[in-house]
Amino acid sequence: MTSRFAMHVALIMLAMLASARAQQQTLAISEIAPGVFMHQGRIALMSSDNDGAIANIGFVIGDRAVAVIDTGGSVREGRQLLASIRAHTDKPIRYVINTHGHPDHMFGNAAFVADGTEFVGHMRLPQALAVRGQYYLDAFRRSMGDALIDDVRIVPPTRLVDGELVLDLGGRTLVVKAWPTAHSDSDVTVFDAVTKTLFAGDLVFLRHIPVLDGSIQAWLKLLDDLAALPAERVVPGHGPVSIWPQALAAERRYLETLASGIRKDVIDGKPIAVATKHAAEAERGKWELFDDYNVRNATAAYSQFEWE
Amino acid sequence: MPEFAIRSVCAAILLSAVLSPHSVSAAGPEPYDPWPGLVQDIFDSRPMEDGSNLIALEMPTRAEDAAIVPVTLRLKPTFDARPRVVTITLVIDQNPAPMAAKFKLGADANVSEISTRVRINNYTNVHAVAETSDGKLHVVQTYVKASGGCSAPAAKNAEEAKGRLGQMRYREFAGAQNEEKSGTREAQVMIGHPNNSGLQMDQVSQLYIPALYVDRLQLWQDNSPVLSVEGGISISEDPNIRFTYVSNGAKTFRAEAKDTDGHQFRHEWKVDGSGM
Repeated sequence: MTSRFAMHVALIMLAMLASARAQQQTLAISEIAPGVFMHQGRIALMSSDNDGAIANIGFVIGDRAVAVIDTGGSVREGRQLLASIRAHTDKPIRYVINTHGHPDHMFGNAAFVADGTEFVGHMRLPQALAVRGQYYLDAFRRSMGDALIDDVRIVPPTRLVDGELVLDLGGRTLVVKAWPTAHSDSDVTVFDAVTKTLFAGDLVFLRHIPVLDGSIQAWLKLLDDLAALPAERVVPGHGPVSIWPQALAAERRYLETLASGIRKDVIDGKPIAVATKHAAEAERGKWELFDDYNVRNATAAYSQFEWE
Repeated sequence: MPEFAIRSVCAAILLSAVLSPHSVSAAGPEPYDPWPGLVQDIFDSRPMEDGSNLIALEMPTRAEDAAIVPVTLRLKPTFDARPRVVTITLVIDQNPAPMAAKFKLGADANVSEISTRVRINNYTNVHAVAETSDGKLHVVQTYVKASGGCSAPAAKNAEEAKGRLGQMRYREFAGAQNEEKSGTREAQVMIGHPNNSGLQMDQVSQLYIPALYVDRLQLWQDNSPVLSVEGGISISEDPNIRFTYVSNGAKTFRAEAKDTDGHQFRHEWKVDGSGM
């Protein structure tokens, strides 16, 4: 046996080992309430270094079935979530709920495509994915690389939510509620009545600066309705699990600060490029990723207040 | 929007993809430069001079919101009797429809600054080409990085946008004191319109969502043209244009717009003719 051949064998074995490890790797999961599990995403931008695993994702186990709430920012993360679920239960995954259509929450969908699994989303989610899906695939290839993006499929919902939808997992029900355009145009929340746990998707941000991809006025307006949900704890789209509804305070303060400043700038006739540069300056230092999203939020807010 | 520009760029992208299937790396910009082809298609391969002493093109280095990227075109003040700028064409090289807008400056309006908002799909060069009355072309360029995160060059609230289709607003901004003496005004015209690009396929019906965008906007003070815009899908939804012009004492300001479905929008506002 030549040494070259031996090296080849060693390399192949190493590769097999690495790929097996990647397959079996599970996500760090915590059981935040009986039968309610979550993985807390890193507060970061999606990149090849973090597998896009920046959003909070989770699952709820009932007597007969499992529901997954968001699938993560890559199929690799989705597969790891699946492995984590299988480490806890072998009950069938009946539902995959996408809280909205952003890549960090639904790029892992392909890991869950199976007979008997329904994908649940806002009635406007199919349209949002039709308009943005291909753009997201192209844009995230830059930051995440071919290896992660090649696997990603845009999987639209098979069951649409208009108003409220109740999902029976056996012994517990989940209420999926569709909201008007706020953080995005297709946000849903998921409420587990048994443990009073609310999966709020990106309607709630903690530590991670809120990201505006919908309507700032409508988002502010629905905070009271959101706060009225009878939850005890919230899994925000980004940030730590927190007490409800106190968890809303920081986000409300940011959105109000941004809104009042930008509204005044629009009234004063300050051009958009000038107004957005110094928007919500008082909030700098209170949020992570402030510089990555604040100008963008201000830009979106400005173009909305112009039509008030 | 001239179709030829879209077609030839699509062909070129296809060709570049065939020639170098692995050229899109995670790190570097795309090596393919569409500009020479665009000079051929949009400007008939006419020679261009450096326009940096004539015009400034201001954009952020990064498109924070892919759907709303502010752009300002500023004519530099001149102190001699140079040929005047007749048109300015804004080209976003890597967009699906690179020719974003062509502004035609009214002969007597003295427009010196134009701001609007565009969509940015990719890391891209942006060119502004000014044509002067002697028929010469003058080019300036800048580079804009695409936005990160979940930002997309698409509507955030399509229903709301539909709801204000055809609404028009005119606004004048309080200017500096010396502006009042010269009669220079800063004004803004907004049109409620989704400006759909039509480039996305509906995943359910597998049909392309039809394009629907404002392709012409004309502005007058009384019957004297101030500015006209030929627009395309690279202009953000709710087209918005802010500009300076010199009042001729007109009592009215008028805007007329047309979209690709043939809808006509027209609005007239009373303006203060004084300040001359």
